[in-house]
Formats: sequence, C-alpha cells, structure tokens
Amino acid sequence: MIDKIRSADRRRVSMLTTVGDRWRALTKWQQALGLAAFVAILYYLPLLGIPGLTWLRTDSIQGGNNWAGVLFICAIYVLVAIGLNVVVGLAGLLDLGYIGFFAIGAYSVALFGSVNSPVVKWIQQEFNLPPTWAVTWAICLFIAIVLTMISGVLLGWPTLRLRGDYLAIVTLGFGEIIRIVARNATGLTNGPVGISAIPGPEGAPSPDNKVFGLIDAKPWYWLAITFVLIMVFLVRRLERSRVGRAWLAVREDEDAAAVMGVYPFKFKLWAFAIGAALGGLSGFLFGSRNAFIDPTQFNANLSILFVAMVVVGGSGNMIGVSLGAVLLAYLPERFRDFADYRWLVFGLAMVLVMILRPQGLIPSRRRARELKDRAAEAEEAPAHV
Amino acid sequence: MHFDELIGHLGQHTVDGLSKGAIYALIALGYTLVYGVLRLINFAHSEVFMVGTFAVLILWNQLGVENNPPVGQAILFLVLGLVVAAAASGGTALALERVAYRPLRRKNAPPLIFLITAIGLSLVFVELFGQVLPKLLGGALPDVFGRPRQIVGMPTIIQQETLFTIGNTAITNIQLIVFIAAVAMMALLDWFINRTRYGRGVRAVAQNPETAALMGVNQERVIMLIFVLGGIMAGAAALLWSMRFGFTQNSIGFVLGLKAFTAAVLGGIGNLRGALLGGLFLGIVEVYGATLFASNWEDVIAFVVLIVVLMFRPTGLLGESLGRARA
Repeated sequence: MIDKIRSADRRRVSMLTTVGDRWRALTKWQQALGLAAFVAILYYLPLLGIPGLTWLRTDSIQGGNNWAGVLFICAIYVLVAIGLNVVVGLAGLLDLGYIGFFAIGAYSVALFGSVNSPVVKWIQQEFNLPPTWAVTWAICLFIAIVLTMISGVLLGWPTLRLRGDYLAIVTLGFGEIIRIVARNATGLTNGPVGISAIPGPEGAPSPDNKVFGLIDAKPWYWLAITFVLIMVFLVRRLERSRVGRAWLAVREDEDAAAVMGVYPFKFKLWAFAIGAALGGLSGFLFGSRNAFIDPTQFNANLSILFVAMVVVGGSGNMIGVSLGAVLLAYLPERFRDFADYRWLVFGLAMVLVMILRPQGLIPSRRRARELKDRAAEAEEAPAHV
Repeated sequence: MHFDELIGHLGQHTVDGLSKGAIYALIALGYTLVYGVLRLINFAHSEVFMVGTFAVLILWNQLGVENNPPVGQAILFLVLGLVVAAAASGGTALALERVAYRPLRRKNAPPLIFLITAIGLSLVFVELFGQVLPKLLGGALPDVFGRPRQIVGMPTIIQQETLFTIGNTAITNIQLIVFIAAVAMMALLDWFINRTRYGRGVRAVAQNPETAALMGVNQERVIMLIFVLGGIMAGAAALLWSMRFGFTQNSIGFVLGLKAFTAAVLGGIGNLRGALLGGLFLGIVEVYGATLFASNWEDVIAFVVLIVVLMFRPTGLLGESLGRARA
C-alpha cells in the first residue's frame, strides 16, 4: 500500500520537475506572457463565473462564505506563508509564534488608526486634536511594518543564539505573551472588548465608503493580491541575492557558513525581521478588512496552522508554501462538512507529510536533496537506528 | 504590585507554589527523559498527560464515583485511577514513539522534522478528544463527551480541609498528598534510573548510543522504556491534577505542557533531579508573580522565566545530564 503511494508520488514528482524544466526552457517572452496570464487569472478569480468552474466558489454550497472574502483570507495567508517561509524554509528557524507578528500588525492599525483606541485617544488629549483625528491608513501601514520588524529583532536578539528546538518553544511562548498582553493590558488595547472602527484605505469604516466597504470583499482581495505579488517579487529577488544564499548556507550548516565568512547570527536576525514584517503586513490587512479585532482572534493554534501551511506546501519553495496556504485556507471553507474536523486533518497532514514526504508537496530541490542525503547516511550506518 | 500581600503571606504562597510545581515536575520528567536519551523535544507529551486525565475521568464516571466517598473507597478510587491513568498515558506515549518517531529515526530526520511531527500529533490528540470522540461516544458517555470541547468536572474524591497551620500558613490535605505523591514518584524513578539494570541501560544510551549498542544494550527497548516511563509519570500527574483541580478538557495540555517544558529546561533538561527542582521553582515563581501582579499574568510569567533562563543559563540550574555530563 505504502509502496504504491510512494511510486505514485515519485511519478508526480518527476512530472513536477518536468513542468519546472519546461518552464525554464521557455523563452523570456513566453515566460512573461505566461506570468501575465496567471496574474490576470488571479485578479479575475473573485468574479469567477465560467460555467463548469463555479463549483469552486465557496458560496456555491449552502451556508458557504462570501467567495471574495475567502479569497481575501487565502491571499493574506499566502502573505503569511511567504513570510514564514523566509524564517522556516530559507533560514531554517522554526518559529511557532508567528501569530504574534500577525497580531502586532493587526493591532498597529487598530491602535493608531481607530478613533476608539486608547492610544489615539491619548494622543488626541495630549495634543489637543479633534476627537475625529486618527493616524491615516497609509501611515499605519508604515507603523505596522516598522513595529513588527522591531519586535522581530527584539525577539530574535536574545533567542536566536539558542538551539533550534529551544528557539521553537521560546517563540511559541512569545506568541502567547502577545495574546495575553493584548487581553490583559486593557489601558492599551481595550483588552477583551477589542477595538472597532479600524480604518481601511478610505478611512474609518462608514456607509459612504465607495470602494473598501464592509460588505463587498472584492476590492480587499484585489488590494491583498497586489501586496502578495509585490512581496513575491521582492522576496524572490532577496532569495537569489547574497542574503538568500547566506540563509541557505546557515540552514544547511551553520559552522561551515561561519567559516566561510557568513555571520550566522546577523543573517538569522535579518530573516526574523523580514519574516516578521511580512506577518505584520498580513495582520495589518486582516485588521483593516475586519474593522474589528479582539485578542481571541490570535490564538496559538493559528501559529501552528501557519507552520502547517509551510511544511505541507514544501518549505523553502515559495510556490509550494503559497499552495499550502491556499489549500489550508480554502478547503475548510469549500467543504463545510469537514470544517469541524479541519484541525484534526491539519494535524494528520503535518504528521503524514513529515513521515512520508518531509520535503512537502512541491519541494524545494535543494531541500529535498538535503533530506535524501541524511536518509542515505542513515542507511549506510545502521548502528544509528 | 502587592508586595505587602506577598511578604505577609510568604509561607502560604510558597506552599501553594510547591504543590502546583509538583505537578509540573512530574510532567517535566517526561520531557527530560526523552530529551536526555534522544535529544528530542517530545512536544506531544502534554497530550499524553491530557489522555491520562480523561482516563481517570472515564474510570470514575464508569465506577459511578460520587462526591466525598468514605475513606476506604476514596483510596481505592485513587489507586485504581493511578493504575488506569499510568496505563493510558504510558500506552499513548509508546504509541507515539512507534507510530511517529521510529520511522523518522530510521530516516535520520533533522530535529525540526521531529518537532513538527510532534506538533501535528499534539493537534491530532487535542482534536480526537475534543471533536471525534464526542461525535462517536457522545451517546455512550454523555458526562464525558457530551459536547465537543467541553470542560468536564470530576467528582471530589477528597474534601479539601486544612490539616495544620504553621504561623499563618495553612497546609491542606490535598496539597500534602500531591506533594508527597509527586516526590515519591520521582524518588522511585530516580532509583530506577540510577540503581537498576534497566536504568543503567538508559544512562548508557544517553551517554553514547553506539558504545551502548556495542555493549549489548538494546537501544530500541531503551527508547520504548523511556517513553513508557515518561508516560507513567504523566499519568501520575494526571491523577493528582484530577484530584486537586477536579476538571479536564481536551485543550488543558497545551499551557501545562509548555510550563512543564519550562520546568524541565529550568532545571536542566535531561536531568531528572533538575526536573523536580525546576518544577517546584517554577510553581513558586508563578504563585509569587501572580500575587505581585495579577493572576491573569500567570502564564506570561512562566514564559518570561523560560526566556530569561535560556538567555543566561541555557543548560538550566543543575546542568543537562541523564547519565553523566555530556559534551
């Protein structure tokens, strides 16, 4: 049985590699055309009405959620997956507290952008500003990214010198700390009551907003997918730069990297800060689309979901992790009967992927080779078993 | 900040902390044993504990235990509870090892893969008891699995009462039982590891797996043994928890497991006596902290302690060792 699955798997992998090879064999123009078509499809998705494909829509089933809304969630999860992939997939640091950065991003736009937040109220009082004053959305975006980067560095500075598995547990604690602080520090975050009236690109949510309203999610999806495309482009550039190569070197062998003149701590810290910023950006979009946040939206299970997206998709490969994110966000919405069991299925998926196929669904070639080497070493030295 | 409250009732808070920390310490042993031999964080160990509490709950439920039974019966229920919880937790731990960790060990997978698998397993168990079993057994065991993810209360086996007071410190019977039982279990384990033939095998594998294998120690058996031992300790902790707090839920493992892990790291992971020390220390720090600030900051205190310890003394208070100090 398992052998059967394995051989089917091998066929699929060889098919995938041929897809990759064929893609690389195309001329530049053909590639550009293909990419443009793909991007066009991405932007068209919320309107999806082609007969024969409408069953894909989540509102095609009874009680299904708004299709564009689900697409929006998929898009911000892709953003999370890309960010976490920098940390887990490229730099090889297991971060189990990623929800912390997501929460900080969401809370930055809430605390600085909403007139109901204690922070804005305090600023109004201190500087004699009118009660309608709040920080503009675009500046909140900037604040969110800066704050999450700083928190990434603050978390990374003391902890990145730790062994990998210790780091994982400490980051798990960090995620919980952020949530508990959001819940307990009522003077800062309104505590369990949450913060409402979080602004979007057009300012505070109101019925007058023409584009970014509470009901129609399509513009939000288009906004999010635009951010995703920009970030994919930027991270891809980073991956193929000196920094990206340094991350891989550190992941595969820290000591060897250090000997070659790559200072592991510095690059790990960079990975943490950049990953954190992407998580923050995603949380920022989540907060402003939701217009209301409270601490219960950021519980530790989500951190684990995020890690599951990366490892199931194929850590180290941006296409893989994006696919993982879309699958894990979309499937429970489309198949509602299974929504109750989704955490169970995610857990099982993580275990099965790790045991049968640790490189993930769409692996990064380098990572797959690394794991194979280790397995081969194990076979050569049976005394280790 | 409530310094007066803390100083005024220092003894009371210390006693509360000790009896709380004793449970952390018992769970911490599971992390420490596995880490000492395999250098692997068995993240799913918290669920081993959770399964234990459910085993106790189902047992008492099936026996029809009522509140405040007579002393003779109470002892019987506790002993039966210990046996069942230890069996359930030990069995769960063993199953985890066989189903998930062994195939990974065969492949010489990197530590992070073990950790991710363990997280997945933990999620599977939480959902199994929160969602799947209520669907399957909700009809048969309505008091246990009536609603998904419900918090279930357990009967009071021993009525809490003050045994004696020293100064203004009151010590209750439950606190005393929890503390003594936990320390006794740990002394037993310590004796087992340090004085018996099997324990020598465990220490040998912890020190050097290859040499141990050459000397005829069956490594697989040692690994199974440590998982079972850790499970039994978690089972004991589950019984003490059920007796003291009288409730369980599918998700109680997460925070408790994290704290027990903190305790293990605090004392020096891989070090049995360290786990005891770390557990008690963490319990006390937590109670002090909760008194100083407010009880809803309790969990933050534990995590901050963890981060601080890892920063300044990553090998813990007593250093890491299961057999002897390792490189």
